Order: sequence, then structure tokens, then C-alpha cells
Amino acid sequence: MATNTQIPVADRRVPVIAPGYTFSTIGEKISNIVLSRPVSLGWIFGFLIVFSMMNLLMMALGYLFIKGTGIWGINIPIGWGFAIVNFVWWIGIGHAGTLISAILCLLRQTWRNSINRFAEAMTLFAVACAGIFPLAHTGRPWLAYWLFPYPNTMNYWPNFRSPLVWDVFAVSTYFTISLVFWFVGLIPDFASLRDRAESTLVQRIYGLLAMGWRGSARHWHRYETAYLLLAGLATPLVLSVHTVVSFDFAVGIVPGWHTTIFPPYFVAGAIYSGFAMVLCLAIPIRAIYGLQDFITMRHLENAAKVMLATGLIVAYGYGMEAFMSWYSGSQFDSFLLWNRFHGPYRLSYMALLACNILIPQVLWLKRFRVSTGWLWLISFVVLVGMWLERFIIVVVSLSRDFLTSSWGMYYPTKWDWMTFAGTIGMFLTAMWLFVRILPMISIFELRTLLPESQVHEAEEVKQ
Amino acid sequence: MSEFSGNGPIPDSPISDSPIYGLMAEFDSAQELVSAAHKAHEAGYQKIDAYSPFPIEGLAEAIGFHKNRVPLVVLIGGLVGGISAYALQYWIAAITYPVNIGGRPFHSWPSFIIVTFEMTILFAGLSAAIGMLALNGLPMPYHPVFNVPEFAKASENKFFLIVFSNDPKYDAARTRSFLNSLAPRMIAEVPS
Repeated sequence: MATNTQIPVADRRVPVIAPGYTFSTIGEKISNIVLSRPVSLGWIFGFLIVFSMMNLLMMALGYLFIKGTGIWGINIPIGWGFAIVNFVWWIGIGHAGTLISAILCLLRQTWRNSINRFAEAMTLFAVACAGIFPLAHTGRPWLAYWLFPYPNTMNYWPNFRSPLVWDVFAVSTYFTISLVFWFVGLIPDFASLRDRAESTLVQRIYGLLAMGWRGSARHWHRYETAYLLLAGLATPLVLSVHTVVSFDFAVGIVPGWHTTIFPPYFVAGAIYSGFAMVLCLAIPIRAIYGLQDFITMRHLENAAKVMLATGLIVAYGYGMEAFMSWYSGSQFDSFLLWNRFHGPYRLSYMALLACNILIPQVLWLKRFRVSTGWLWLISFVVLVGMWLERFIIVVVSLSRDFLTSSWGMYYPTKWDWMTFAGTIGMFLTAMWLFVRILPMISIFELRTLLPESQVHEAEEVKQ
Repeated sequence: MSEFSGNGPIPDSPISDSPIYGLMAEFDSAQELVSAAHKAHEAGYQKIDAYSPFPIEGLAEAIGFHKNRVPLVVLIGGLVGGISAYALQYWIAAITYPVNIGGRPFHSWPSFIIVTFEMTILFAGLSAAIGMLALNGLPMPYHPVFNVPEFAKASENKFFLIVFSNDPKYDAARTRSFLNSLAPRMIAEVPS
């Protein structure tokens, strides 16, 4: 049986968990953030800011429901605009959470154990933000249930040949499975909190959520099977979600959309931006809550490496787009590339190349990977770059399609910006609450990283 | 719903005819718990359980638990999801609401794969979570083991072995001396 009792001397990397912790100090350190740490002035101040930002969303959506999508900058030919740009951006951010919790679980990357919980929370909140956009973009969000197949008096059924219907199924399945995966992961930790809580009310709340979990060997056995199966199911799911999102584009015939490279290129881009968001959140959180022992430099460096690798796949995608626009011999495709460099949105394209390809290359140097300040900055740049990528794909392609008579320009209105800023506020508000009411690091999974958690068969035979 | 082991049912609710639910021994380490569980199983105790703050490899086998039906539940869930999703799409697109979309055949199966796939994952994933909870008999807010005050540490850093009082070999005095021979930190009677 594989044991990790001793780290080989040759392994000079920073450990995934700082030495000197026991089962009980791990639980104490993580649960105290939730149970006994006083609410700081900084937390309240920050909460007020992000909550105000979230209220921008409420206002923007409220006015949208009164007036309709005409308040946005969308027009014909650019019917998609910010709504779809932001939708794809948010969904992509969510992907890192599932990658960390499911794919790295299957690959037995133990370093994931200290970041999976909050990465999954990030997934949920990001997908919730993403969902708002297509819903609002339908124009009549109160009729959005028409997208689902259900028997109705109109004798109408959805068209299952449409990528937009595929999207509904992919995104709603993704949200549901992410939620289930997250909740299943939380059950044993709810039990820990229940047993540590001092006030009866808090104990009851966590007790209800723990559902009577008592850590029985039979339960753990089924639990681990279910968790592994969920990881195995979430892995193809996460790859399928951004693939389906890319089908929204690739199935259309607009130049710049109609390409077979979109699915892998979208998935890599999603993971790229997702890891950037993980770093953007993890770096301040570990500093504020003193979690450097659990989220070590090893985690940050690994995340930086994943970012670098997926960034290169994205760069390959850009290169391939450019190559195909020449190789296809299609005048519309060649024009697409020319337009990206010389058209009215050229500055966005230049900024995109700088943010997504040029600047992240500094991650090759260890110096930048181990400096939290630099890493945070580069991650932020990547987030901006990936947003620009979606902007280029949606807006530039639609603004210049086949006929010059149907060319147009897109200018976002203040309502577009308010909605976008508002979803950032909603995401951060949810994050703000999450770190104070749920254990942001998986307590039981972190315990399994301690050498004492491993049982040695050989020793047992001796006894 | 309670499928507890291949060894017959284990009472999960208080037994009326016996005031004692079982005898519980507390251990300090995962290693001690696994070897104690092995010994109890070898000594012929069948209705036993072990509790730990995190999953321990080999512990379920040590108490003689082999029958895990979660994978079967997930398989059935996935099949139901996939087949019903495909059937629904076929019925809608080819039978009840046939619409000519770009000249494609009504039964344009490649277009139906995605929703079929997503529904397979959705049903399988929900079956994994709900199946695991149901087979574990959760939610169950009250359980006799919680009556032992020390058991609060079962979610922190202590490890427990219990012999249920309905085990055929159970005998208050003999079981206690057997558990004593395993050198636990303490032994407690679990009131039901």
C-alpha cells in the first residue's frame, strides 16, 4: 500500500501542508474561522462594498425587466454583446473549481485537498453569475422555463437540434452536479463543526446540514465510492460544458466562429481563466486568514504552472485561427484576421494578445511563480485577457460578417457595465459570506494528508 | 432502505427489549482502530462498527463490510437518465412535434447525443449522492452513539469501535473484557 509517511530527502519542494499539525489542530484552525473568529471591521467594510456592487445588478436587472433588452448596447448585427461575453467568461471561471475537485482527485494530486473546497464554491458562484446573462438575454426571463421540455397547452416542444437548447441542459446539469459534489464534500465537515460548536443554535444548524453523519466505517466506505464516482462523472461533464458553449458559436456559420478547434480551445481557455481566479482569491484569503500552512507556495506554484500550460494551449488556438484564415483561402476568413489587427476593435485584440500570451510568459521564471504579488497581478491580467477573448469572439465576428451592408458597431451602455460589475459584486458577496459560514478548506481531506492517517498493513501483521 | 452489511441488519434505532445499544471502545490512532477491528472480527463478532474522523483505508474490510451497492445505484441512475433523455428527444422530434430544421431528418441522432450525455451525468450524479445517503440511512439526526460524551471527538481526533448488543456473541461481561484486551483508552456502555 502506498504510504506517504516520509517525504524523500530529494523532494525539496515545499510540502502541501506545513509540519507540526495534528488531526485536532487542523480542525481547530479551519473551524475557528467559522465558529469563533470575531467579525472584523475589514470584513464588514469589504462586505458593504461588494454588497453595494451586487445592488448595481439588482438595479440593472430591475430596469431591464421594465424596459427590455433595448437598454443594452446590443443591436442587429451584434445581437449577443455583453450578455454572452460575460456568460462565457463566468462559466469558464467556474471550470477550474471542477478541474481541481474532480480531475485532480482522479489523478491523486493530494495538493488539491486544501484548495478544492473554495474552488468548488467559486465554481458555484461563477455559474450562478453566468446563468443570469442568457436568462436576461432571452428578453422575457419569466418565460425561460419554455426552454425545458414539459407538456404544455401550446403543444410546443424545444428543438433539440439547437445548440442553445444543448446549452440549457449542459449548464443546468453542471450547476446541479457542482452543487451536489460540493455538498457531499461538506457533510463530514458539517459534522466536525457540529461537534465543535459551542452555541446550541449553531450546533443545530450544522447538525441539520450534517444529517447525522457519525463517521461510521460503512458510511465512509460508501461515501468514498460515491465521491470517486462523482469525480469520475464531473470530469467528462466539465469538459462537455465548455464544449457545448463553444458549439453555440461553432455551429453557426459566422467567420471566426465556424471552426472545429473551438471545443478544446474553449476548454483550455476556461481552465486558464479559472486558475487565474483561484489565484486571485487564494492569495488574499490565505494572507487574511493566516492559512499559509495549508495553502502553501507549492499550491500557488502548481496553479501558476497549470495557468502557463493552458495559456500555451490558448496561444496555440490563436495561432491556429490565424493559420486557418490563411490556409482556408476563404476571403471572409482572411478578412477576419486582417480586421482583428486593423479593424475598429484592434486595440482590444492587441490587449488580448498582451494579456493572454505575452505577459503570462514570465511565469516560466520561478521568481514570479513564488512571489504572491506578481502572481496575483498576472492572474488579474489573465482574467482581463480572457474576458477580452470572449469580447473579440462575440463582437468582432458579428460586427463584420459576409455582407458590408450588414456591418455594424457595438457600444456597451451603462446598463451593460452595471450588469457586469453587478455580477462581480454578487460573486464576491457570496465569497465573502462563504469564508465566514462554511469551512473553506476541507477538514477531513486535509487530515488524510497527515502521515498518522495511513495504516500500515505490515506493522499490523507483526502485532 | 437500510442495507448495512452482508451480515444481517444492524439496529440503527434503539432496541426496545435491551437498554444497552452496545459497548464502545475508544482508541488514539487509526492504526490501533484498524487492528482492533481486525481482532474483533476475527474473534467472531459480526455486528460491529468503527468510527473515525476521516476515511481509513481497509477499515471497512476489517469490520467485514464488503457489499457496497453505490456503484450499482449509480449505474442504474445513469442508464435511466441516458435512455429516457434519448427516448424523450426521439419522441418529441420524430413523433409528436416533427419540425423540418434545415432539412435534417426528424430522427437526427447526432444532435441528440449531447442532451443524452448531460442527462446521463445528471441522473448518475444525483443517484451517487442520494444513493450514498440512503444506503447509509442518512439523514438520521439521532443515533444512540451520540449519547457517549466522548463520541464528540469522533469527528476530531479519536477512533471508536463498537460491538452492538444484538451480536450473537455479545455478552456484557465477556465483551467488555475482550475490548479491554485491545488496550483502548476507555470503554463506554452505549445506552439506547
